Amino acid sequence: MEQIFFYILGAITLVSAFLVVSLRRPIQNVLFMILMMVGLAGLFILLHAEFVAMVQLVVYAGAIMVLFLFVIMLLNLDQLKMPPPEGSHVRWWAGAVIAFAVMGLIWLAFKMYLAPEVPPVEQAGASNTVVVGKALFTTYLLPFEIASVLLLAAIVGSVLLARSRS
Amino acid sequence: MLEHYLFLSAALFTLGVVGVMIRRNLIVVLMCLEMMLNAVNLSFIAFARYLGSVEGQIIVLFTMVVAACEVAVGLAIAVAVFRSRGTINVNDVNLLKW
Repeated sequence: MEQIFFYILGAITLVSAFLVVSLRRPIQNVLFMILMMVGLAGLFILLHAEFVAMVQLVVYAGAIMVLFLFVIMLLNLDQLKMPPPEGSHVRWWAGAVIAFAVMGLIWLAFKMYLAPEVPPVEQAGASNTVVVGKALFTTYLLPFEIASVLLLAAIVGSVLLARSRS
Repeated sequence: MLEHYLFLSAALFTLGVVGVMIRRNLIVVLMCLEMMLNAVNLSFIAFARYLGSVEGQIIVLFTMVVAACEVAVGLAIAVAVFRSRGTINVNDVNLLKW
């Protein structure tokens, strides 16, 4: 059962990721990116990480992608002419081939060093949100606070960068 | 099952790398960066499940924080670049290249 869901969700994720890379209109890129995020959230639920899956839906698919959409519509990018890629496709092909060679290398490493069938470890008792929340507010309290300072710095920085000079 | 998740994660990461290398639109390049971060998140969650520890999920939450910061600052830079140069083609914005 888990396998069937994995293959469905994995196919959705991979196909929409491929479309993000290959389609030319930025709006379509963003919409397929959202579909990819939803597929990943499904995979997270399959892996019993429900809290992270919901955060993925709300923060990534909800907030970050809408930010992308805002900027694309603000800059009117869909009407903006991007010049067609220049004459020689050598660099294009070199990039793609090197990337897929790296993927083959990673797969080979997994095949060689991963034990073939590792059973999943069942978490006892409490719900996933309780476990994550407890760890986040006890053991990882300091990184959590630092993360909020980082977010504040990002807010101030992006306001400074994007305001008009006049 | 673990290796299936890791293979999927590697494939997603590769697609992100290809996107960063072949796309010329700054915003699409940023999206492909997000895709790479998501691929790594997937392998973190898979390891968290198969090692029975919650640390992987905590790290994913922090990765999302960093990704949100990166997107906010990156898009602000894109808007600023578009305002001053009138383009967001990364081939035309190469003052800092080499």
